[in-house]
Amino acid sequence: MTTDTRSTDTGVSRPLPPSVDRSQMLMNLAIRYGFLCLLLGLIVFFSLAANGFAGPRSAVFIFQSVAITGILALGVTCTLVVGGFDLSIGSVATSALMLSAYVMVVLEQSALVAVLACLLMGAFVGFINGILIVKMRVPDLLATLGMMFLLIGLQRIPTEGRSISTGMTLPGGEVAEGTFSNAFLWLGRHRFDFVLEDLIPVPVIVFLIVGILVWVFLELTRHGRLMYAIGSNERAAALAGTNVNRYKITAYMISGVLASVGGILLAARLGRGDIASGNNLLLDSVAAALIGFAVLGAAKPNAFGTAIGALFVGVLLQGLTMMNAPYYTQDFVKGGVLVVALVFTFALSARKRGGGH
Amino acid sequence: MAKPGYDTICRIVGVEKAFGPNRVLRGIDLSIPGGQITVLMGANGAGKSTLVKILCGVHRADGGHIELSGDPFQPTSPAHAIKAGVVTVHQSINDGVIPDLDVASNLMLDDLNAPGAGFFVNENRLREDAKRVAGAMDLDIDVRTQVADLGVAARQLIAIARALAKQPKVLILDEPTSSLSATEAERLFTLLDRLRETGVAILYISHRMSDIRRIADRIIAMRDGQISGTFEDAPLDYEGAVTAMLGHAMTQVDIDIPSRGDPVLVLDDVQLSAQAAPMALTVHRNEVVAVTGLLGSGKTKLASVLFGITRPHSGTVMLDGQVYRPSSPEDAIRSGVFLCSKDRASNGVVPDFDIAQNLTLPFLTRHASLSFLNGGSERRTTNRMIDQLGIVCQSSADEIGTLSGGNQQKVMVGRWMAEASQLLVLDEPFQGVDIRARRDIGRTIRATADERATIVFVAELDEALEIADRIVVMSEETIVGEHRNDDVDLNAILAQVSGVAGATTPNDPNPSARTP
Repeated sequence: MTTDTRSTDTGVSRPLPPSVDRSQMLMNLAIRYGFLCLLLGLIVFFSLAANGFAGPRSAVFIFQSVAITGILALGVTCTLVVGGFDLSIGSVATSALMLSAYVMVVLEQSALVAVLACLLMGAFVGFINGILIVKMRVPDLLATLGMMFLLIGLQRIPTEGRSISTGMTLPGGEVAEGTFSNAFLWLGRHRFDFVLEDLIPVPVIVFLIVGILVWVFLELTRHGRLMYAIGSNERAAALAGTNVNRYKITAYMISGVLASVGGILLAARLGRGDIASGNNLLLDSVAAALIGFAVLGAAKPNAFGTAIGALFVGVLLQGLTMMNAPYYTQDFVKGGVLVVALVFTFALSARKRGGGH
Repeated sequence: MAKPGYDTICRIVGVEKAFGPNRVLRGIDLSIPGGQITVLMGANGAGKSTLVKILCGVHRADGGHIELSGDPFQPTSPAHAIKAGVVTVHQSINDGVIPDLDVASNLMLDDLNAPGAGFFVNENRLREDAKRVAGAMDLDIDVRTQVADLGVAARQLIAIARALAKQPKVLILDEPTSSLSATEAERLFTLLDRLRETGVAILYISHRMSDIRRIADRIIAMRDGQISGTFEDAPLDYEGAVTAMLGHAMTQVDIDIPSRGDPVLVLDDVQLSAQAAPMALTVHRNEVVAVTGLLGSGKTKLASVLFGITRPHSGTVMLDGQVYRPSSPEDAIRSGVFLCSKDRASNGVVPDFDIAQNLTLPFLTRHASLSFLNGGSERRTTNRMIDQLGIVCQSSADEIGTLSGGNQQKVMVGRWMAEASQLLVLDEPFQGVDIRARRDIGRTIRATADERATIVFVAELDEALEIADRIVVMSEETIVGEHRNDDVDLNAILAQVSGVAGATTPNDPNPSARTP
């Protein structure tokens, strides 16, 4: 595909000077594989420069550090595909964190009930987001921004703004006696044997499974195709008989459910309903999804790119940490990666696409 | 070229323009004299809009040159053209106004932009100036009204007033009356009469015969990127101009009207809106019906009724003997009614998709098992349509944006011809395509018409003549005439199209017959 893109510009092939052809080809190669090469280069560099970077433990650590962010990012990818945006994912995740703790510690219910409650909450929030956007015609950024505020506030009300843990005093005066069940903690802390004993944690497995599912859904099914059509030209999709509203609501529900999955995993790892956790989730996952635009020159939201985007940030931070870069430079590095990726996507790919009518 | 007594203000010499392989302008020579209204007529795709866009600085000409008052004129941007004195009122109204501002700010927008304009806005002076501008063209609107609250006609008048406030040397009006009522149009014409006396060169683009009869001093006909006729001797030869505009294209396509099958679509007493007169129409299997009429004559409304986008105000629609009341496009498609929408860029093309993905969009279930897409099946269908319509491309995996307009349109038409339908509705299928693509599309539509009923909505009469077995004319949201497409009386159709039913004398100066 990369070899003949020049001649497709007009639909009729025109002979071009070989130098133009070659520079065009290089440009296309750079757009397509540039980001993957950069990732590979980073891994090689850190392997040589940082002691202990190359190895299964370190690799798993990177995966673990990006698993929850990555799951949220895959959700927001689905809303980006239909031309929307979901700012509420971070707060859905922290709400799920608090809700699962509340269900187990205060209501003294089982792990299964806690998980189901969180998933339902995520689906419901996504549904409301979708209704606000589709039926009430609230612009997506504003609707989900409102929802974000709403949830950040809501999750603090039942405990009067305090974190939830066994033995805490409730607003009514009694003491919460429930505990995080072992089955629930397993979700965040268990490690499967793979090559080495106790290597791969459950969240990493969940991340990989969710990644594959979202990729299959978006790339291989007709539903994914129609969602991309909606994102590219909503009117055209509607006039081709697509139920645009239903797909948009579905996209926000997927986003909400995946965000709640992220929240469940976070709660299981922490083992308490920590009110201060998950502050960075929104920005990190949105960044991963946007970095994903640049992967393989897609110039559009895509599941594979999102996963690679999340890993890219993980590799970079892990490598820099092992080379003793201070923690407070992390956000700066993430921002830099994001800006470079966006330039990749919009400046370079737009140039490639230009010349149409 | 200008008649004695009138100085040529703008002279266009040998201007050429091509988009990719599509040569839109093939050497245009044209003089626009001051103090006269030059009407430019031409069918869709004749190159009128491209010529206007070159004059107003949106496009650059590939060849030839333009002189303005004797000096070379090569506008590099719309702002440059305006500064040089060439002011354009575009067809799409919302290009001319900013809905979120009030009328005064809209009228004075260019002053706000002018170098040396103060940092603070002086509201009172702004309003006074705006009132003066509005008064100059008898515009009776409170200048504090938000433009968003005004109707289309008022917006159009504001855009025109704004253009006039710049005191142009050359004023270009692109279909300015398409959204105006008869009274509003007459107000515009009076204004143009006055402007003509001040020596402004006016280029007026329209194919509305009533407008042309009312104001034209000269008529230039364009066809396929060339000037096909110049008419400037009074009395103007309107019929000659129409013939020059249409060319002899209509005689080149011989329509063989086949025997028609059983009725597929029956409209009975259908009213498109509360004010519209009821209409009846029957379309048969193995029949191609062209519905023609001006912008706003109700063609698009009828198309959206058939496709389940809107409901008719009253009346019944029958499809194959059953009552047909689609609630959505999805529903219409399920009943076997397909619509190929007009304005492919906004209503059809999915820019991120390749040819195959664009073509198979409505019928993905046919190319999927358990929701999983079957790429081979998509490619087979797409290649079949590529062959059938003669789409010029490297493969079905080409990005849609790499195709020329005509080939993109073929993909849009192919999208709806890939599966069998009861009723195929095509709204402006020849919009913005060159003559060869137009012929390819027309031939394919006719060749495959035997198993279904086909309705084609076209604003251009020659396109209707090229494709239809029967021509139906719409005006004021109802059907005003029907003609079998052999030896049709062009004048009768044109009269019905412009709403001047019965008025066939070329010099009929009767614009008021167009009811508001």
